[in-house]
Amino acid sequence: MSGVEPSTLALFWAAVIAASIAIYVLLDGFDIGVGILFGTTRDELRREQMMATIAPFWDGNETWLIVIGASLFAAFPAVYAIFLGAFYLPVLLMLIGLIFRGVAFEFRYRTERMRWVWDGGFFYGSVVVAFVQGAAVGALMRGIPVENMQYAGGALDWLHPFPVLTGLGLVLGYALLGAGWLVLKSEGDVREWARARVFWLALAVFAVFGPAIAVALTVDISPGLREASARFDTFSLVAAAVGFYALLGVVACARGRRDAMPYALTALFFLAAFLALASMMWPYMIPYSVTVADAAAPEASLEFFFYAGAIALPVVAIYTIGVYWVFRGKVDRYQP
Amino acid sequence: MELDPVLLSRIQFAFLVSFHIIFPAFTIGLAAWLATLEGMRLFTGNPVYRRIFDFWLKVFAVSFGMGVVTGIVMAFQFGTNWGVLAERTGSIQGPLLGYESFTAFLLEATFFGVMLLGRNRVSPGFYFFACCMVALGTMFSSFWILANNSWMQVPVGHEIVDGQIVPADWREIVLGPVMLVRWPHMLLAAFITSAMCIAATGAWYVLRDVHRLEARVMLNWGLGLAAVLMPVQLFVGHLTGIYVYEHQPAKFAAIEARWENQQPASEVWLAWPDRAEQRNLFAIETPRVGSFIATGEWDAELQGLEDFPEEDWPPVVIPFFGFRIMVGMGLIMLGVGWLGLFLRWSGRLERTRWFLWATFLSFPTGFIAILSGWFTAEVGRQPWVVYGLLRTSDAVTPSLTVSDVLVSLTVYALVYAVFVGFGTYYIYKLLRDGPAGEAEPIPGATASRPLAFADDAETATIGQARRRP
Repeated sequence: MSGVEPSTLALFWAAVIAASIAIYVLLDGFDIGVGILFGTTRDELRREQMMATIAPFWDGNETWLIVIGASLFAAFPAVYAIFLGAFYLPVLLMLIGLIFRGVAFEFRYRTERMRWVWDGGFFYGSVVVAFVQGAAVGALMRGIPVENMQYAGGALDWLHPFPVLTGLGLVLGYALLGAGWLVLKSEGDVREWARARVFWLALAVFAVFGPAIAVALTVDISPGLREASARFDTFSLVAAAVGFYALLGVVACARGRRDAMPYALTALFFLAAFLALASMMWPYMIPYSVTVADAAAPEASLEFFFYAGAIALPVVAIYTIGVYWVFRGKVDRYQP
Repeated sequence: MELDPVLLSRIQFAFLVSFHIIFPAFTIGLAAWLATLEGMRLFTGNPVYRRIFDFWLKVFAVSFGMGVVTGIVMAFQFGTNWGVLAERTGSIQGPLLGYESFTAFLLEATFFGVMLLGRNRVSPGFYFFACCMVALGTMFSSFWILANNSWMQVPVGHEIVDGQIVPADWREIVLGPVMLVRWPHMLLAAFITSAMCIAATGAWYVLRDVHRLEARVMLNWGLGLAAVLMPVQLFVGHLTGIYVYEHQPAKFAAIEARWENQQPASEVWLAWPDRAEQRNLFAIETPRVGSFIATGEWDAELQGLEDFPEEDWPPVVIPFFGFRIMVGMGLIMLGVGWLGLFLRWSGRLERTRWFLWATFLSFPTGFIAILSGWFTAEVGRQPWVVYGLLRTSDAVTPSLTVSDVLVSLTVYALVYAVFVGFGTYYIYKLLRDGPAGEAEPIPGATASRPLAFADDAETATIGQARRRP
C-alpha cells in the first residue's frame, strides 16, 4: 500500500497537522515549562509572577492540541485510532494533567488553606503532560505494532528506556522553554532566577541527549529505530546540526543581556529537532507502517472538512496573534 | 454480568458524556436567554434587564468553561476506546465532529470574547449582535453533534467501498430527515431546561424575599417560556418517536416493552419488563392506544421483540424507563409552566408559596429529562453503535484489556467527582448570591478563560498583574 501517492488534500491536511504540532510545542511548551519551574520554588511572590506571565496565553495555546486531534480524526482516522489506542494510559494521564493545570489558574486564588492542592496539581500536571508527550515521541520512533489498521500491542508497550529518556528530555526541554519565556516576560528577581536556570537546563538537555541516543542504538534498539537511523540523511543531519548549535547558543547567551535570546534559540532548537524527526518519518504517519496516503480519509471527507479548516484556522491564528499582541511586553508583579 | 472492555468502555463513555452534556445543554439555553435579555434592554431601556444579564453572564461563563473542559476529554474517547469505530466510520464522523470543534473555537475566538470582555469597548448594537452570534454559535455546535449522532442512529448518505464506510452524499448526512427532527428536539430541550432553571432561581429569591425585582422578571420569562415551548416539544418529541418507529423498530418495541406482535397494540404505561420471561410484570396498560400513538390508527399491527433475532435486541429496562422518566419530567414542566401562567394572570404568583417551592424544586427536571432521553436513544440503539452497520461489540479498540479500562474509569470518576463537583458548587454559589453589581472582567483574562471572568476581580491575584506602561 505504501507506494500510493497522497492526494493534494491529504498533503494539505498533513501539513496543517504538522504545523499545528510545531506551533503547539513552541507555545504550550513554554507554559507547561513554567508550570514545571513553578514547582521548584516556594516563594509565593515569584510563583504569582510566574503565573501572570502565562495567564492570558495558556488556554489559547492548548487550542492547538485540539486542532491536531480534530484534524487527525477527520483527515486521518486510522492514525487517530492507532495513536490513541497505543497511548491509552499516557493520553489518560495527559488529559488529567491538562484538567489540573487548567483549573489551577482559577482555583488557587480562591483559597489560602487548600492552595497547596491546586499548586501541586499545577506542578505535577505540567510534569506529567510534558513527560507523556516526550515518551510518546520516543515510543513512536521505536515503532508501534499495527494489525488491520488497529494498534496491536499492550497498554504499557511504550514504557521502555528510550521513551522514558525522551520523556525526561521533553520535561527538561519544556522547562527550558519556560525559563526562556520567564526571562522574556519578567523583570527583577524572577528574570534573574530564570536566567540561572536557562544555563543549567540547557546543559541538562544536552546531558539527556547523549544517553538517549546511546540507549536507542544499543540496549533498546528496535526495528523502528534501525529504520530511523537508516533514514538519517543530509537533511536530517543539517537540521540536527542547527539544533545542536541553537542549544549551544542557549548556553552561551544564558547570562547575556538580550532577554529574547534564550526563548528564541530554544524555539529554534525545538523546530530543528522537529524537522529532523519529520524528515526521518516522512511519508509515514505511524513509523514505519502507515503512510499519509494509507491513512487519508476519502477525498469526499477531506474536501468537506477543507471548508471548516479554511474558515476556522485563519481565525484561530489571528486570535492567537491578537492575544500575544495585546499582552505584549513585560509583566509587573503588582500595581503600585 | 461479566466485565469486559466493551461494557466498561460503554460505562466510561456514558459517564463522561453524561457529565459533559449537562453543561452545553445549559449553555445553549442560557446563550439564547442572554441574547433575549440584551435585546429587551436595548428595546425597553429598563436597567433591570442589565442587572439580570450581568448575573446570568457569570453563570454562563462558568458553564461554558466546564463544557469546554469536559468536551476535550470526549474528543479523545472515540480514538482511545472505540478505535474500530473511529477507523471504520472516521471518514464520516471525523469531519462532523471536527466541524464541531472548529465551530467552538470560532466562537471562543470571536464573539464570546466580545461578550465577556467587550461591554465597554463596542457599541450597544454590536454588543447585542455579538450576543446573538454566541447564541447561534452554541446552536451550531449542537447541530454538528446531533448530525453525528443522528447518522449513528440512522446511517444515510454513505456507501461501502472495500469494507470501508465512506461518505457519498454530505447533504443527506448533515440534513437528513431524522436529523431535522432530532436537532430541534435537542434545542427545545436545552431551551426548556434553562427556562426551568431561570424560573427556579426566581422562585428561590421570592421565597427568600431577596432580589424581588429581578426575581419577578426571571419567574415571568422562565415560566412563560416553559409554558409556550413545552407543548411544541411534546409535538417534536412525538415526531422523534415516529422516526424510531420507522427506522429502529426493535428500539421502538423495547421502549414500549412490547414482547409479542400485537394487533391492535396496547400501550403499557408502567410495568416491570422481565426479559427472562419475555413479559411484563405488574403492567398497567390500555388496549388499542399503542397502535394509535405509533400510527394514528386504532387497530394497526405493531411489531414486538419476538419479530427480531434475539442478538439484535436492545436492553429493555433502560429504554422503557428512560422514556417514561423523560415524558414524566416533560409533563411536570408543562404543569409548572401552565399553572405559573395562570397564577400570574390571577395575580397570585408571588404569594403562592407552595407553587414557588414546586418551581424551585423543578430546577433539575430539564436535566433529568435530557439525560433519560439520551439514555433511551443510546441504549435503545444497542447492540449497534452505528445502527445496522457496526455492532458495539466489534467497535471497541482491540488492544484494550479489562484492567486498562478499569484504571481509566476509576481515574475519570475520581477526577470528575472533584472537578465537576467543585464547578457545580461554584455555579450554586453564584445562583445563591444572586444579581449584584456589574460583572467585572479581570485584566489578563481572555475569552478562553471564562472561569476567571466569573470571579470577583479583587480575589484574583492575576488581576493585579499588569503590563508595564
